[in-house]
Amino acid sequence: MDEHTLDGNAIAGPLHQHLGREMTAARATCGHCGKTFVLAELVVYARAPGSVGRCRHCESVVLVVTEFRDTIRIHWNRFALAEPPTP
Amino acid sequence: MARAAIPGRLTWQLARVVELVAETDRTKSIVLDAPAWARHQAGQHVDVRLTAPDGYQAQRSYSIASAPEDAHLMLTVEEIDDGEISPYLTEELRAGDDLELRGPIGGYFVWDSVQPGPLQLFAGGSGIVPLRAMLRHRAATGSTTPARLLYSARSLQDVIYRRELLESPGDSGVDVAVALTRSWPEEWTGHRGRVDERLLDAEAWPAGDQPWIYICGPTGFVESISQRMVQRGHPPDRIKTERFGPTSG
Repeated sequence: MDEHTLDGNAIAGPLHQHLGREMTAARATCGHCGKTFVLAELVVYARAPGSVGRCRHCESVVLVVTEFRDTIRIHWNRFALAEPPTP
Repeated sequence: MARAAIPGRLTWQLARVVELVAETDRTKSIVLDAPAWARHQAGQHVDVRLTAPDGYQAQRSYSIASAPEDAHLMLTVEEIDDGEISPYLTEELRAGDDLELRGPIGGYFVWDSVQPGPLQLFAGGSGIVPLRAMLRHRAATGSTTPARLLYSARSLQDVIYRRELLESPGDSGVDVAVALTRSWPEEWTGHRGRVDERLLDAEAWPAGDQPWIYICGPTGFVESISQRMVQRGHPPDRIKTERFGPTSG
C-alpha cells in the first residue's frame, strides 16, 4: 500500500450520514475474495473526486463514495454487510 | 446552514470558536462551543467543511482531542503544506468565528474506560490527537487501567501536548515514551531514531498482558507497528488502527 492511502475511518462521515448509523465497526464480506473484515480496515484512496474503498486483502474496489454539497452517493461493488454494526 | 439536529442523526452543525491554542509551530488546537453536540467517545473524529464565498466547498476529517468529559470540544489541526483546509484553520481562523462540522463520527477506533485490559497507544506525529482524548477520558473517569503511550515525533519541538504528556506525575498509571526520529537535544535521554524492536521490548505490553492496542499516524507508521505487534503475538482483533496522510490537509 502506498503512503497516500487512508483507511475506512476516513469515510466514516458520509457513510454514517447516508446510512443513518455508524459503519466503521460493521463487518462486511468482500465478494471478490470472500474475506471478512470491518469497514475501518478498507484501503481508501481519497484523492480521486470521491473516495475509493478497496479490500485490504485482494485490493478489489468494493465501494465508491462521493459527496457533493448535501448529496451523498455510495456505489457498492460486490460487498456485503456480514452483520449489523453494534449500536 | 445550521439546522436543528435530530437526535441520533448525523448532520452538519455550527460550532463557535472559543479559543485557539498553538501546540507546536505547525499545530493548533481549536476549542469549540458546539451547542448541538452529542457526547462523543474517545477516539472519534469530526468532518470540518469550509464554504468559499463563491459556494465552493471542501471538507476534511479531524480527530477530537478532548475527552467526552471536557467542558469544550477541542480539535487539534496540523498545517499541511499546500493543504486546502488546514492552513485556513491554523492561520486564518479566529475566536468568535463559526465552523461547520459533522460528528461525532466513528465507532471502531474508540476506547471506553470500562473496557477491561491494559491500554497500549502508539502515536506517529499528529496521530497523538485521538490518543490524547483516550488518556484524558481515562483520567477524567478515575480509571485505574494501566496505560502505555509510545509516541514517535520528528523532534522535541514537534511533540504535541508536550507539557501535558511529559510532565504528568509518575503515579498517574500512564507510562509515556517518546521516540525522536530526526533530531534531539544533546541531553535527550529518551529513544533516538525510529521505533525499533528494542524499544518495543522495553516499552510495549507483551502479548501475554492482552492489551488493547490503538495505533494512529501516517500510513507507513501504522503498517509498520501493526505488523510488528501481530508478529509479537497480539491478536489482530485487539489492534485498532487509524491512518492519515497528505490527503488529510
